[in-house]
Amino acid sequence: MTGLASPAVRKRAPAAGTTPGVPQGPPAPRRTALLPTAALVLGALYCLLPVAWVLVAATKPASDLFSTFTFLPGNGLGDNVSDLTAYREGIYWRWMGNSVLYAGLGAVLSTVVSAFAGYALAVYRFRGREAFFNIMLTGVLMPPVILAIPQYLLMAEADLTDTYASVLLPLVLSPYGVYLGRIYAEAAIPMELVEAGRVDGAGEWRIFLRIAVPMMSPGLVTIFLFQFVAIWNNFLLPFIMLGDDEKFPMTVGLFTLLKQGASQPSLYNLVITGALLAIVPLIALFLVIQRFWSLDLLSGAVKS
Amino acid sequence: MTQPPKGARRSYGVKAAPYGFLLPAGVLFVLFFALPIGYALWLSFHKVRIKGLGLGKGAKTEVWAGLENYTSALTDSELLGSALRVLGYGAIVVPVMLGLALFFALLLDSERVRARSFARLAIFLPYAVPGVIAAVLWGFLYLPDVSPFLFLLDKFGLPQPDLMDGGPLYLAMSNIAVWGGTGFNMIVIYTALRSLPAEVYEAAKLDGCSELQIALRIKIPMVVPSLVLTFFFSIIATLQVFNEPMTLKPLTNGIPSTWSPLMKVYSDAFTGGNIYAASATAVVLALATFALSFALLRISNRRTTQGATR
Repeated sequence: MTGLASPAVRKRAPAAGTTPGVPQGPPAPRRTALLPTAALVLGALYCLLPVAWVLVAATKPASDLFSTFTFLPGNGLGDNVSDLTAYREGIYWRWMGNSVLYAGLGAVLSTVVSAFAGYALAVYRFRGREAFFNIMLTGVLMPPVILAIPQYLLMAEADLTDTYASVLLPLVLSPYGVYLGRIYAEAAIPMELVEAGRVDGAGEWRIFLRIAVPMMSPGLVTIFLFQFVAIWNNFLLPFIMLGDDEKFPMTVGLFTLLKQGASQPSLYNLVITGALLAIVPLIALFLVIQRFWSLDLLSGAVKS
Repeated sequence: MTQPPKGARRSYGVKAAPYGFLLPAGVLFVLFFALPIGYALWLSFHKVRIKGLGLGKGAKTEVWAGLENYTSALTDSELLGSALRVLGYGAIVVPVMLGLALFFALLLDSERVRARSFARLAIFLPYAVPGVIAAVLWGFLYLPDVSPFLFLLDKFGLPQPDLMDGGPLYLAMSNIAVWGGTGFNMIVIYTALRSLPAEVYEAAKLDGCSELQIALRIKIPMVVPSLVLTFFFSIIATLQVFNEPMTLKPLTNGIPSTWSPLMKVYSDAFTGGNIYAASATAVVLALATFALSFALLRISNRRTTQGATR
């Protein structure tokens, strides 16, 4: 139950009949299965293909994009990046900053709200607990479109459309985040500790901060990441809410650039370079974070 | 958040605390889920009546429309067309994506397969790529002058289809969804596989079962609950496809502005300016999603319980 943080302890015990205690598992317990390995590697290459392509394409000068072989690199990456930076006084970097702001701040707020709600649902027995949880879960199933139009109209009533708040606020509550928060809190917080805290005279708020939050932290990191990616990838809501391109996140900004490219093909190079620079931060984040955080947590895994 | 009182009144604090902790989520739920849903329902039963030329204040009033918006939504050929397109698209995406996710998860769970941690990360990677950017990348890879696939077909003297029109468009669009969604579903299934007790396989191995037999007879039946869950979410996501066709649209003439039901709702509401009709369509869409996913859930439940009693 407490093996949440370390992926290493979750490995299955070595198969019977092999030497225990050998690092990295038993060395070749049986021979490598060639065909399955090939299939898995092929799958991995398929997933890397568009990323590899955008890496190459971003190095091509505009004149080569549609003329040289697709995977032949050029030497225009520096020029492409400076063209992109120069485009409309660096609006691209403004979109990037906006995305970081929406996703970062949104995910922090979302994690706090989910931690509160998940903790309450896991630790307390009170009237309306299951009803609250079930109503929250139907939110997971709600198509965003049925929400987006009235959200836009209500924001318009409140005179809030085309503001940072109009994109930020509707994404703070994540029903899936609340669900994960409850699961992690149930798995990580022993009730005896909460009781012991009460006997010692600690208030409920102090127990939450001092006992629950540290124990839930691997789960909270997961909720943060999940929500960060969800907001970073979001397109529909900012697309509907925003008119002023100074407030666009990356996704909407690149979309408008691509749309203009239909009549101005020279912009395609900027789109491609922009797409590359937009995926680098998240890929880097996952590469770094997977050293001490397990992907399994994303699907609500709590058992060791 | 109020500081719960200490000492004699602590039992009151314990009683009030959960409501305090739930307050932010509750307020946000009312403001950004319940209220918009209620408003969408209200709009769907109303229409605008214009007096005279429709100029000036008070010339437009909202009046009760009954089921008018719903009947026109249900008889709208554009909506029907978009629904059929998305059903066809979903019929490709959901089985292929979940089949691949299950296949890769089983390979990751097999000790004799190499390069597992590399493959796990590589296949998961598209999850971190926004749908809009995925569509940009694949969209360029579908263009005749850029596409390596068309290049290969050409090299072998085969005809080069237009990947962004007609029948091939379904495959092209499905490919983007499969590429983006397989990794996340793979992780969900793989997590379920790893939580199974290892003793189950050890016994089967001692009995001489091959890895393939273990996968088919033991592992797959035991992860059915995760498969149902991923299935459920995939259906919902597929019916709501919006970002990818919207992004591909500028690159081709083969995608109408009402390609998917969501695009139809968007164009009704924001291009056509009829928020009442768009709300009715959105409600119909939500109900259809619920009906379809619950029907499929029931079928799969019946199948699983039958399998268990056999």
